[in-house]
Amino acid sequence: MRRTLRIIPRLDIKGPNLVKGIHLEGLRVLGKPWDFAHTYYREGADELIYIDAVASLYGRNNLLEIVKKTAENVFIPLTVGGGVRSLEDMRNLLCAGADKIAINTAAVHQPDLITQGAKMFGSQCIVGSIQAKLIDGRYYAYTDNAREFTELDVFDWARRLVDLGAGEILVTSIDQEGTAKGYELNLVRRLSETLTVPLIVCGGCGRPEHVADVAGLPGVDAVCASSIFHYNYLSSVATRENYEAEGNIEFLKKNRGGTPFMSTQLAVSSIGRVKEFLCSRGIPCRWPLS
Amino acid sequence: MRQDKIVIVDYRMGNLFNLQRAITFLGYSAEITSDPAVIRRADRILLPGVGAFEKAMQELDRADLIGVLKESVDQGKMMLGICLGMQLLFTKSFEFGEHRGLDFIRGQVVRFHRSESEITELKIPQIGWNSVEKPSAGPAWEKGILASVSPGTYFYFVHSFVCCPEEPAAVVAETQYGKDRFCSVTHRGNLWGCQFHPERSGEHGLSLLKSFIEL
Repeated sequence: MRRTLRIIPRLDIKGPNLVKGIHLEGLRVLGKPWDFAHTYYREGADELIYIDAVASLYGRNNLLEIVKKTAENVFIPLTVGGGVRSLEDMRNLLCAGADKIAINTAAVHQPDLITQGAKMFGSQCIVGSIQAKLIDGRYYAYTDNAREFTELDVFDWARRLVDLGAGEILVTSIDQEGTAKGYELNLVRRLSETLTVPLIVCGGCGRPEHVADVAGLPGVDAVCASSIFHYNYLSSVATRENYEAEGNIEFLKKNRGGTPFMSTQLAVSSIGRVKEFLCSRGIPCRWPLS
Repeated sequence: MRQDKIVIVDYRMGNLFNLQRAITFLGYSAEITSDPAVIRRADRILLPGVGAFEKAMQELDRADLIGVLKESVDQGKMMLGICLGMQLLFTKSFEFGEHRGLDFIRGQVVRFHRSESEITELKIPQIGWNSVEKPSAGPAWEKGILASVSPGTYFYFVHSFVCCPEEPAAVVAETQYGKDRFCSVTHRGNLWGCQFHPERSGEHGLSLLKSFIEL
């Protein structure tokens, strides 16, 4: 019997808002993260991931209020990352309602933080996050939301993160991210063959078939997706709040009109439709919900 | 009507706030405490836990909580062990050596079996959703904390070790992971345990907690 594949909507956050970009750049404001989170929870998401898109960049950590608000009415596991630099940051996020902490930039600068976090809170709390980019035939890890190059080979770094104490690995393909062209299969295949801890793959999902493509690889435990869900639920998620002038709000000013960036590639879908498609391909997942 | 006093036992093993939030969401309140006197006054006790078995027993001992938990079981108070909290209810565990547990339910805690061919397909720890099923023999599913839950329902698991009760009567629900079919819900009298995290298992997890509170 295979494990059930976890479907994880990923919510990128800038300031108080849910945003979405391409290759992690050009962020467009879509709404409030907790509204989307609650919708995804009701619709059958297996977990949620929040990533503060600019926290590493500006050295701030304003996720706590968003996490608290989300935890009031969302009862599935929540992973939170972006700008986590210390055990204190981790503790604060866990107390606010996070179940797991994703760490990328700080892990590169101070790898011991992964070990300390795993010792303090347990390995199951620590998600090693890798942003991967293909350069001259090799995959390198990036930090600071895909802005800073490191010389780290993705596969070596992934194994190192596990040795340090990471309980899961989240890999995001910078090249595919936001393009809706599908997950980076070569990257995922090679990683899935080398890892002994659960692998969460991220970046490029544009249609249910893309999920099935990576789910077929034996070592893939979970998939992240953003655009496919965000643009599907955009019209049904309430917009109660005023939007601070942070990020590109042109899209919202037009009542969320116009087309998504990648309209030719993207086939928006509900979480249920993705899961039904997986079931039809014989890929076990948590569906139906009852 | 006076509300039953519900406590969440804090012995420094894991995050208890989401469990507390789930109970608040259900319209009840639960106090997080490590004070034996507060636990002694409680009507319903939640024993959560994440981490290593040996350290958990040491922490319970250090906080002087083992006596009050035994007392509570003897008095027939409602108690629910969650994840590591369920494993602690058993006689002993073989996690990194052999360690005595609370011994409220006779049985052992052992590691998942795993064949070489299953290593990439079925990772350990099991992290994710899996379903609960009715065992071929066992106590009435309908009368306990699973009253509102149908067989086949998914819950969220994070664990490397599984409980093996000696008595079939202690196995309320089973779950299949690879070749292992393990006890995912256990019970003896008013004492309950679940291997999964009801506070992270969506609507069905919440309804299980509600059943425990209202049973």
